[in-house]
Amino acid sequence: MLDVTEAPTEAQFEFITFSAGDQSFCLEITQIREIRRWTPVTKLPHTPDDVLGVMNLRGAVIPIFDLSARFGLGETVDNERNVVIVAAGGGTTIGLLVESVSEILSVAKSAIQETPDIKSEAARQAILGVISVGENMVRVVNLDAVLDTEGSSV
Amino acid sequence: MSTKVLAIDDSRTIRNLLRVSLEGAGFEYHSACDGVEGVEQFSEVEPDVVITDINMPNMDGFGVIENLRSGPNRTTVPIIVLTTESGPDLKARAREAGATGWIVKPFDDASLVSVLRRLTGHVV
Amino acid sequence: MSNSSIRDTFFEECEELLEALVEGLAAMEENASDMEVVNAVFRAVHSIKGGAGAFALDRLVNFAHTFETVMDKVRSKQLDVDEQLMMLFHRSGDQLADLVEAARDGREPNAESEAAILKELGAYLDDAENEEELAFDAAPLAFDAAPMAIDLPEAEAEPPGEPEQRRFDIRFRPSPALYANGHEPLLLFDALAELGTLSVIADLSRLPEFDSFDPEDAVIDWRLTLQTSEDETVLHEVFEFVDALCELEIEVSEEPAESLPADLPEPADPIAAAPPPPDPAVPAALTTEPQGPAQKPAKQSPPRDEPRGPRPTLRVDLDRVDRLINTVGELIINQAMISQRIEELELPAVAHLTNELEAYKLLARDIQEGVMAIRAQPVKPLFQRMSRIVREAAEATGKKVKLVTVGDSTEVDKTVIERLADPLTHMVRNAVDHGLERPDKRSELGKDPAGSIRLSASHRSGSVFIEIADDGAGLNRTRILEKAIEKGLVSPEAELSEQEIDNLLFLPGFSTASEVSNLSGRGVGMDVVKNAVAALGGRVSIASTPGMGTTFTIVLPLTLAVMDGFVISIADQTMVIPIASIIETIRPNPRDLHCIGTDGEVISVRGAYVPIVDVARNLGLSGEGADSSGVLLLVSTEGQGLTALRVGAIHDQRQVVIKSLESNYGAIAGVSAATILGDGKIALILDPDELVKLTPAALFLPPAPPPKPELRHA
Repeated sequence: MLDVTEAPTEAQFEFITFSAGDQSFCLEITQIREIRRWTPVTKLPHTPDDVLGVMNLRGAVIPIFDLSARFGLGETVDNERNVVIVAAGGGTTIGLLVESVSEILSVAKSAIQETPDIKSEAARQAILGVISVGENMVRVVNLDAVLDTEGSSV
Repeated sequence: MSTKVLAIDDSRTIRNLLRVSLEGAGFEYHSACDGVEGVEQFSEVEPDVVITDINMPNMDGFGVIENLRSGPNRTTVPIIVLTTESGPDLKARAREAGATGWIVKPFDDASLVSVLRRLTGHVV
Repeated sequence: MSNSSIRDTFFEECEELLEALVEGLAAMEENASDMEVVNAVFRAVHSIKGGAGAFALDRLVNFAHTFETVMDKVRSKQLDVDEQLMMLFHRSGDQLADLVEAARDGREPNAESEAAILKELGAYLDDAENEEELAFDAAPLAFDAAPMAIDLPEAEAEPPGEPEQRRFDIRFRPSPALYANGHEPLLLFDALAELGTLSVIADLSRLPEFDSFDPEDAVIDWRLTLQTSEDETVLHEVFEFVDALCELEIEVSEEPAESLPADLPEPADPIAAAPPPPDPAVPAALTTEPQGPAQKPAKQSPPRDEPRGPRPTLRVDLDRVDRLINTVGELIINQAMISQRIEELELPAVAHLTNELEAYKLLARDIQEGVMAIRAQPVKPLFQRMSRIVREAAEATGKKVKLVTVGDSTEVDKTVIERLADPLTHMVRNAVDHGLERPDKRSELGKDPAGSIRLSASHRSGSVFIEIADDGAGLNRTRILEKAIEKGLVSPEAELSEQEIDNLLFLPGFSTASEVSNLSGRGVGMDVVKNAVAALGGRVSIASTPGMGTTFTIVLPLTLAVMDGFVISIADQTMVIPIASIIETIRPNPRDLHCIGTDGEVISVRGAYVPIVDVARNLGLSGEGADSSGVLLLVSTEGQGLTALRVGAIHDQRQVVIKSLESNYGAIAGVSAATILGDGKIALILDPDELVKLTPAALFLPPAPPPKPELRHA
């Protein structure tokens, strides 16, 4: 499921974990460009609720998604700790508003389990797998599914 | 102090080639992209040797040679013509104007450098 | 700089030279007796030849040489330029461009036309010139292999020994002019020494008394003896450039090599030496002294000629420019933030910070403007290339075509120019091939036998408009429809509007040419053009009138171009609207406003009723009616004609950088792009054409199914 099959089995992968809609998620660190404080964005007309608008990232216009809303978990509640995770893949850069960033997680590939068999195909596509950390389950976000703005907002 | 060469040629390609050859050989390289600029540069740079093209806008190579030999600069530094032409008439004209030598493009790095070294009497 | 990057710059330079060539030929067409123009053309060809020689591009050198030789005859007034020769020059220019491209891309040039043109050019040259050509052909031109044809002392000596050694006695008396021309006898002797064994004797008998010594006079005679296997001509070559500057006698002595110059006549006061220099003091004094004048900085530089050829340019990696553009954006934001913070501090006026802050702001803006202008380039080179396409196409089809270009100074982002070349080429070919009628047919119709193709570029509504218009027969809609039905592209029952029929041309696999010409039948259709334009975020449309001609319009977004815009507010959001699209701003007088139906509204503008479009409502922004007391912007739109856009207020007018929304997100209806304002915030740039279209869609069509992704139900 993970596109890391070529790596040696016990190679360590680093993830940044964060919470959105009271659930725990993570993204592989190489996909993350930076983490920024939340600043007001410019709204876009004719866009779904999870598209908060666009932000100026050193001269580039990048769209900001509310990750919680995007996963159908309701709008992110305004909070001092809200941050925007700037992630990039396939030539596209986007920002994801999350409630807060928690920690860096370093795990072996074998620690990543397949997404449990859940009903929603879409949810399965958005989540690459899960990692268990203590009593928590951290969902590995499939950035490609999030980047695919065509499929979700047009 | 290294030997100063002033190259006057309207072709960027030729200027680039000369720069690479001559700087590589340790010369101090200066260039101008036409005759008028060349003559101006001459007073500024005070080169030890001048390389000039013939066909150039604003002032051609003959103009450059005449100017450098009999104009206010009135110099005796070697002036080498670097051109694609090879007609005897043109050569005679250049000689009359006061050229020191004539090299036909395309030029060969090593020979050009050895000629320049010989003409300037410096081992740069 | 590596050799390959020099090669790259050579081809870049060639592009410029070819541009100058095309421009020069066009100017020659106007006035072939303007020697400035002829010279410029000659030099362009000549410079290509010179550079090509350095890279051993023999074929290119050869062609350029022939071209140049004919041009030189025009230059020296031995040849008059008539229509036929002018045409040949144009074709030669095209061929030269082909050869340059072929050399750059490592492909085969068009040999057939090359041979034909060379032959035609050759016809203008006499035998001697053609012969010189052959000699030139045969000369080795390879960059590394070429023995340098040099008339200076040649360094490479033949392997000594084997051939018979001979002795030359040389008398050499330099004139003062020899020194004045930068020669140095010792260097000539060096060269001779490399040919064999040299002995030199300086004859100082002419040396004057100390009092009458003139440092610029040449007073030393030299006697030289050279033992060499070289031919006498080689010796003369050493002296070629000093020939007229000295007295020179060369005699062959048949004596055996062993007898060294003991039998030479004794000079009065011999200073014998081999090799030179004999006494550095004397020649040094003589040779360095004349250099005196050169040491004095000459104050009188020659008058500067006004036009100095093309302005110097600098080639920079695009990535660097883009990085710079982004960084400058940050600078502007930083500046705005500092200003704001300082304002918040409410410092006493004595702090005098205001002036410095204002200066900082202006400087930052200047930098931004300067940087933004770097990426934009005029479409001129692109249009110039089309003149060649038109000529080729005209030749291939036997049609007469005039190309008119309009607005070639219109600036477009560099990437757009590069990627538009192919679609434009195809459309121009099509226009000649399919659009224009044959000359006889045109005459019959009372039209000028020469057809016209008009290529124009302009900035409108924040977009780049490029039009290719011909004055041909117009689209044959009956034929197009028949063909489309025949090919199964549309059903026979379909009732299509004219516009819809025209658009069938863009369907993949559509081709209308009923007779296969040289140009069509290449398997490239308008669908390829459409895709290429769409890939640039643009669109193509067709307008055609039977008997009058067809116009293709390419509308492209100004991805990174700069645009003049009004900064406006729409329902309290700051946005930008291109000034180019605005005809007039109106502060409406309630008397002029009229309602139609429940929510239709019009304004009377000089007696005409113009529909009002509420921008906030069309964009679906909350606070509808927020701008009801706002300003109206009169625009002329593509689909709807005159329309008044209602906006909240106009705040400012300024140049903005256009930032694509599509690169990271996607297209948004009614919005063409975004820009970054001075405070670092993003403002959307409105697209009036699309904006007004949103009205009927919203009013009359059922709303599109809510685009809720399934993800939401996770």
